[in-house]
Amino acid sequence: MNLTLKIWRQDGADVAGRLVTYQVSEISEDMSFLEMLDTLNEQLIASGEEPVAFDSDCREGICGMCGLMISGQAHGPEVTTTCQLHMRSFKDGDTITVEPWRAEAFPVVRDLVVDRSAFDRIIQAGGFISVNTGAAPEANNTPVPKVKADRAFDTATCIGCGACVAACPNASGMLFMGAKVTHLSELPQGQAERDARVVSMVNQHDHEGFGGCTNIGECSAACPKEIPLDVISTLNADFRKAKRGA
Amino acid sequence: MTDTQTQDLPGGDMFTLGTPIADTKSPDGPIEQRWTTAKFENKLVNPANRRKLSVIIVGTGLAGAAAAATLGEAGYHVKSFCYQDSPRRAHSIAAQGGINAAKNYNDDGDSTYRLFYDTVKGGDYRSRESNVYRLAEVSTNIIDQCVAQGVPFARDYGGLLDNRSFGGVQVARTFYARGQTGQQLLIGAYQAMERQVAGGTVTSFTRHEMLELIVKDGKARGIIARDMVTGAIETHLADAVVLASGGYGNVFFLSTNAMGCNVTATWRAHRKGAYFGNPCYTQIHPTCIPVSGDHQSKLTLMSESLRNDGRIWVPKNREDCDKDPRDIAEEDRDYYLERIYPSFGNLVPRDIASRQAKYMCDEGRGVGPVVGDFRRGVYLDFADAIARLGEDAVRAKYGNLFDMYARITGEDPYKVPMRIYPAVHYTMGGLWVDYDLETTIPGLYATGEANFSDHGANRLGASSLMQCLADGYFVLPNTIRNYLAEGPFEPISEDAPEVVEARQAVEGRIKTLLSINGERTVDSFHRELGNIMWEFCGMERTEEGLRKAIDLIRGLKEEFWRNVRVLGAADTLNQSLEKAGRVADFIELGELMCIDALHRRESCGGHFRAESQTEDGEALRHDDEFAYVAAWEFGGDSAAPVLHKEDLVYNFIELKQRSYK
Repeated sequence: MNLTLKIWRQDGADVAGRLVTYQVSEISEDMSFLEMLDTLNEQLIASGEEPVAFDSDCREGICGMCGLMISGQAHGPEVTTTCQLHMRSFKDGDTITVEPWRAEAFPVVRDLVVDRSAFDRIIQAGGFISVNTGAAPEANNTPVPKVKADRAFDTATCIGCGACVAACPNASGMLFMGAKVTHLSELPQGQAERDARVVSMVNQHDHEGFGGCTNIGECSAACPKEIPLDVISTLNADFRKAKRGA
Repeated sequence: MTDTQTQDLPGGDMFTLGTPIADTKSPDGPIEQRWTTAKFENKLVNPANRRKLSVIIVGTGLAGAAAAATLGEAGYHVKSFCYQDSPRRAHSIAAQGGINAAKNYNDDGDSTYRLFYDTVKGGDYRSRESNVYRLAEVSTNIIDQCVAQGVPFARDYGGLLDNRSFGGVQVARTFYARGQTGQQLLIGAYQAMERQVAGGTVTSFTRHEMLELIVKDGKARGIIARDMVTGAIETHLADAVVLASGGYGNVFFLSTNAMGCNVTATWRAHRKGAYFGNPCYTQIHPTCIPVSGDHQSKLTLMSESLRNDGRIWVPKNREDCDKDPRDIAEEDRDYYLERIYPSFGNLVPRDIASRQAKYMCDEGRGVGPVVGDFRRGVYLDFADAIARLGEDAVRAKYGNLFDMYARITGEDPYKVPMRIYPAVHYTMGGLWVDYDLETTIPGLYATGEANFSDHGANRLGASSLMQCLADGYFVLPNTIRNYLAEGPFEPISEDAPEVVEARQAVEGRIKTLLSINGERTVDSFHRELGNIMWEFCGMERTEEGLRKAIDLIRGLKEEFWRNVRVLGAADTLNQSLEKAGRVADFIELGELMCIDALHRRESCGGHFRAESQTEDGEALRHDDEFAYVAAWEFGGDSAAPVLHKEDLVYNFIELKQRSYK
């Protein structure tokens, strides 16, 4: 198929960017979206133009490194990561706009690459259980009800890609944060730090410049791992309880 | 040694023979006591002194993040480096199946000794007994640690941990978190590491790539790294350096590794004096989604658990290869694994399943699109399983994998048989290390897939996660103190000649790469290298093929440095430049892999030499000649590599030939 691409080009964090139009031809429907961009880049290099910078690593949908705004949708039209989106989701003759995540907390590094280190700092603020190596008790000493273990797992599948922030009109990171808070709150091991964790993480989230949640739900709809919206309820409930000092 | 002695060895014209090498760190005595003895005898570092000691760790996968967290908790200053934008992205995250541990929760006869035995046997008797026993011993601590961190392993209705069996062993010792075990373990290690970042003991450098090792007075003292955002060339000094930078499967261009996985950290260390162990041992996994065309950038693995219910076949007749498989009559199908290996059938070990698939396609009976000269795929058919168990039961068991397959191929595996083909998945070779995980450069350590140590010539399923976390949480933190107790070492200045030389070497290389301005892209060289390696140093290797490969690789190297085109600047994010440096190192590594494969004129584990097979076409080891680790010393840019042999001595396990008929 032949496609028209409008791609965000920006030479660095402090310079203005612009959309540049490119044509690609003979695109196979079996290609992934990123392989289509690889093809474009090989073309650009051949013609002496610098290739488009974009992030990707595992290309299996699990590392969370890739993430593009594709014609206005985070990760494009399917519920999956950009690397797992395939060209059979598009038609011959389509025009596709490709932009980076847009959020104050995710500044653009170059072209389609953004800086998501704010997520790491939210985890540093409390997204862990404090246990030094060697200090762990025998694993089966603490049974975990299967329902709780399953919910902990479901929320722990977040890949930290940032699509939730990119999709949210408020650029809120509360789905990401809610997923981590829920994962650790469901487990007996996570109880000791439960109150301190949520307060510290929320403070960091706000400090980074993410917006607040107004229950729009775009985050969960865009999430490639289908993290449920109710993790934000858990986050809010834990936060209220912690602030009350209950 | 003189060259005349080397000439008598297979491939002896390609290398010189050096003095033998040995592991001098493992204690003697009963194997069950060795690790306890080592932990007691290793020197201690007073907590007050730990603050004065610094360690650089390159890589944030399971081995690197676990070590960073643990050393940080102990009070050392840790600098952690990764090329990704966050430590949480390292490729350990993609491991699906599970992690082994000898907990024996099922009372099915498992024990530390059995896990040790299975791992040595699975490695086709080419690993070191002391190391493997220790791995089995600490495996149980790993599970305790991960559960305490909040890793959501699968549980039964009583709330206790669930296990499954895996990869040809007869006990259920694999702990898992659905099909995302690697992700959950890595997030656990990442969070533990980020906790130390918050505590100030670990400093995290993301989007940084190590490009050179600093060696002074024979000791590893730091690294030169490039800040991949600004392009700044930075000098980082420390008392010790740990390479946890993963494997080198991307030398084949197409593999299940992540796009960024590379050999540069370990290869740069190799060039500075660290020996490289068994580089030719690579694992090719049988159940991957086949290549769909020349645009392919990487391959995706599907858990081998699929082989429990799927039946593998190809058409008996070539003319049926482009038919709809559902129209091929039962009597025209060749269920070749069931035919050749009636007792193990579709569940033969990975190397055998992979090689047989290659033979079928080489015979012209492959299926799917023609890629290159022929069709590279075989059917993995669930029609019988769906008829027997019902579609819902199959969906419950394999739903995630079926969905992934459908998304990538556009075909519905509930209706049409899946197509699979082998792909490079893991590299057993890596930097040579002793029992302390120390390389031949004092103060330089290698952990996880970056070292050669525990898997011999073939790795068993669910044991890479185990090894990485064993190394990172429990082994390295206990062995590195043996070295650090001698420190802090004499401070070195950024102006020391060894540091300046390393920095200038990096700057010079970058300048050269940007100035060649030839005709070919970096990817085109990488693809060509991958094709050479896959063709001649892949599932089946021959003397003739390997010699041809070495010639081709040397030609490719010459052309690369004359004709590569790297656009853009050094002082900005430049992904072509990053790739160019990695591919240059892969080319050099590729040649060494072929030389190693050429000299090892036996078949063992993942290394199959066509000249060494039984009458039935199975791998034939030659223990009398090859029961050793090949530790390669860099000979120089224009000199042959030097082979140092470490004899493998088996005091506890009897060497046997594998049989799966």
